Amino acid sequence: MKTRILLLLFGLFALLAAPAQAALDAKLVAQLSAEDSDEKIAAIWALADSEDASEATRVLQSLADGSLKDPKGEDITINNRIRGELAAALASLRLFDADRAARLAAVKELQASADAKLFGVLVKALAQESDAEIKRLLSLVHAQVSLQSEDAKQRLVAVQALAAGNSPHTKSLLLGLLAKNGSAWAEPDAEVRRAATAALKQVESRLGTAENIGRVFSGLSLGSILLLAALGLAITYGVMGVINMAHGEFLMIGAYATFAVQGLFRSYAPGLLDAYVLAAIPVAFLVTALVGMALERLVIRHLYGRPLETLLATWGISLMLIQAARTLFGAQNVEVANPSWMSGGVELFGTMLPWNRIAIVAFSVGVLALMWAVLNLTRLGLFVRAVTQNRPMAGCVGVPTGRVDTLAFGIGAGIAGLGGVALSQIGNVGPDMGQGYIVDSFMVVVLGGVGQLAGAVWAALGLGVVTKFLEGWTGAVIAKIVVLVFIIVFIQKRPQGLFALKGRVVD
Amino acid sequence: MRTPFIVRLYRALGPKGALALAVFALLTLVLVPVLHLAVPPDNPLHVSTYVITLAGKIMCYAIVAVAMDLIWGYAGILSLGHGVFFALGGYAFGMYLMRQIGRDGSYQSDLPDFMVFLDWKELPWYWTGSDSFLWVVILVLTVPALLAFLFGFFAFRSRIKGVYFSIITQAMTFAAMLFFFRNETGFGGNNGFTDFKRILGYSITSPEMRVTLFALSALMLMLTLALGRYLVTSRFGRVLASIRDAESRVMFLGYNPLWYKLAIWTLSALLCAVAGALYVPQVGIINPGEMSPANSIEIAIWVAVGGRATLIGAVIGAVIVNLAKSFFTVAFPEYWLFFLGFLFIAVTLWLPDGVVGLWRRLRREKK
Repeated sequence: MKTRILLLLFGLFALLAAPAQAALDAKLVAQLSAEDSDEKIAAIWALADSEDASEATRVLQSLADGSLKDPKGEDITINNRIRGELAAALASLRLFDADRAARLAAVKELQASADAKLFGVLVKALAQESDAEIKRLLSLVHAQVSLQSEDAKQRLVAVQALAAGNSPHTKSLLLGLLAKNGSAWAEPDAEVRRAATAALKQVESRLGTAENIGRVFSGLSLGSILLLAALGLAITYGVMGVINMAHGEFLMIGAYATFAVQGLFRSYAPGLLDAYVLAAIPVAFLVTALVGMALERLVIRHLYGRPLETLLATWGISLMLIQAARTLFGAQNVEVANPSWMSGGVELFGTMLPWNRIAIVAFSVGVLALMWAVLNLTRLGLFVRAVTQNRPMAGCVGVPTGRVDTLAFGIGAGIAGLGGVALSQIGNVGPDMGQGYIVDSFMVVVLGGVGQLAGAVWAALGLGVVTKFLEGWTGAVIAKIVVLVFIIVFIQKRPQGLFALKGRVVD
Repeated sequence: MRTPFIVRLYRALGPKGALALAVFALLTLVLVPVLHLAVPPDNPLHVSTYVITLAGKIMCYAIVAVAMDLIWGYAGILSLGHGVFFALGGYAFGMYLMRQIGRDGSYQSDLPDFMVFLDWKELPWYWTGSDSFLWVVILVLTVPALLAFLFGFFAFRSRIKGVYFSIITQAMTFAAMLFFFRNETGFGGNNGFTDFKRILGYSITSPEMRVTLFALSALMLMLTLALGRYLVTSRFGRVLASIRDAESRVMFLGYNPLWYKLAIWTLSALLCAVAGALYVPQVGIINPGEMSPANSIEIAIWVAVGGRATLIGAVIGAVIVNLAKSFFTVAFPEYWLFFLGFLFIAVTLWLPDGVVGLWRRLRREKK
């Protein structure tokens, strides 16, 4: 009681001296301006433990911002060590925040910097916490702290609690226990070591699962980009038997169309900025489809029956398109921002899945469904399939092959444009962004077989996932080389791809 | 069939071809060296170092173009990955040039500078013997050819052809480029090899050495042309042309196209490698950029501009395009890609037989 009154008195005194520091132990606040770092840190933690959490937060926050003055009215300087302690102390205060998200963030922050000073706070927080997820994390941090205890029994309990963790940090903590300095173990008690070994196994298996899920997901998102790039190529190659080397530049055009739409929204409809991606989808499709149809009419049409020359001519087109983009938009990458509903992500089994990648997977599924509908339910689709299978015969029964070519080329280009919209949401948008995709997407076509949607889907997703797994083991460059070698070997066995159309054509 | 080889070679060239070759030999092996070495620089007849280097470089490109014409023009195989053989030849010879720097590098170490930079203590195993000129020449002649042989064997055996083959070759050079970009590969990563000092102990920048390299490139070009002419007029060349026009029928007649294609493909790669080895000391640098798909596809346009299946057209195309490149990249760098792109389209659309084809048509019309 006496101390309370004393505190109040000091508080009043402090109130007079500096209005911001109400209801806190003024001695502690004054100690914040001490010369010695250790004294400062002691004061910080004592303040963090005080009754009035909101006031303590304010004082500590102003110390962290550098706006807190000492009694003489000068700025209090802090070094990096104190900054770290301050951050931890602030986080420990936020553990009692009314907002669940703030508490969750605080626990996560403390996970990285847990030490013995937190013990009391953690016990208190654990008793108060009602949310199961936060409670689980809190008990992990609590266990981390109790690892430093003198009592072997407490350490044993802590190690057993840590077995429920799934962060790399937990793993390194457990590994630390099992390390040997010279002949002595870091952990003297054999039983605790045994428990730690068991816990380590559990944590590692959980970490492995999370990593694999992450890889499968990034493989799927890479695969859906590949699919968007390859679908158009598969159509044009299937229908006309020519490789369009400018296909990657259609991706680039789609991405720049997205950029242009974003610019228009920014200047004329800033309120609707979040919807610009949706508006960009039809725009990108139409622009690239028109460019594609123009190219088909002007160049490719005149090279029928000469596929190798078509290759060279379309390469020339791609060079000109790249230079045109450079002249129009500059050689630097342009900035395409994610709409706000696409930023952030969702956590699944300890892995972060970003929304923009989820959106891309969903988008490519949509495009695929549309594609399937066009090819299988419309008259144009019927014609496209007919020309793919046998051009002269289709012509004989009255399919307007010339028009089908133009339209198929337009659709193929348009889908690449859609791929460009998707790419603009996860990568850089620049003049040469399409260059890397022609080989990759042709590999998908080779692997999947010509004129087959199912083949392209399996090939794209398979390539995406395999590449990501290989990247995890061998690094990106070796993974790429391994995949290319694999495809070269693969077409030894199946020159027509995974899903070959049966035919009896020979030259 | 007992006719001596030299006589058969002469017959293949024809009197006009032999005469042209002789004039070219006189020009490059005697006249230019004399004009460069013996005539003082202020004399208008003096041939400058710039011209010698540029011409030497373009002749190396011309060898590559002829090699490309042999497979594309005569066997119908369009390779979009010939840059890899050229660069491998360059890298193999570059290893020797790096070793010749000795202790004169910036770190004064026995190891090449980039290895010191990576903190490597000794040469990797594949650098063994790279200080021997002879061994490196063997490497230039075998490694790219071996790669071509293996790649070609698997590709041709499963009858991969047309655009399929072209894209696979592009994938190959792309993969090779990525591989050479890595520092751990042991070939200088991004920067490749540069700062060469000596060949066989002689300074690489001396006028005599420049002229020697220039003359060697000219000699190699003539050899390539003569050999190419001999091959395409032989029985082998006629089988190749029929494989190009109707592979299935050739098979039905009892030939196995695999070995014909593989032979010309490997030879073509070998010629590229030699060109690469001559190219590197003249330009003084080799880096993975030489393996980029864009470089390889440019080789095809040299041949297309000159005219396919003419051999001499390949040389003309290489000269025209590279002179244009030297001009544009200095005068209007931002328009070079427009020009090159337009060249690709224009040649394929309106000049399918290239400059040589145009020339022949004009002459026919005159008659």
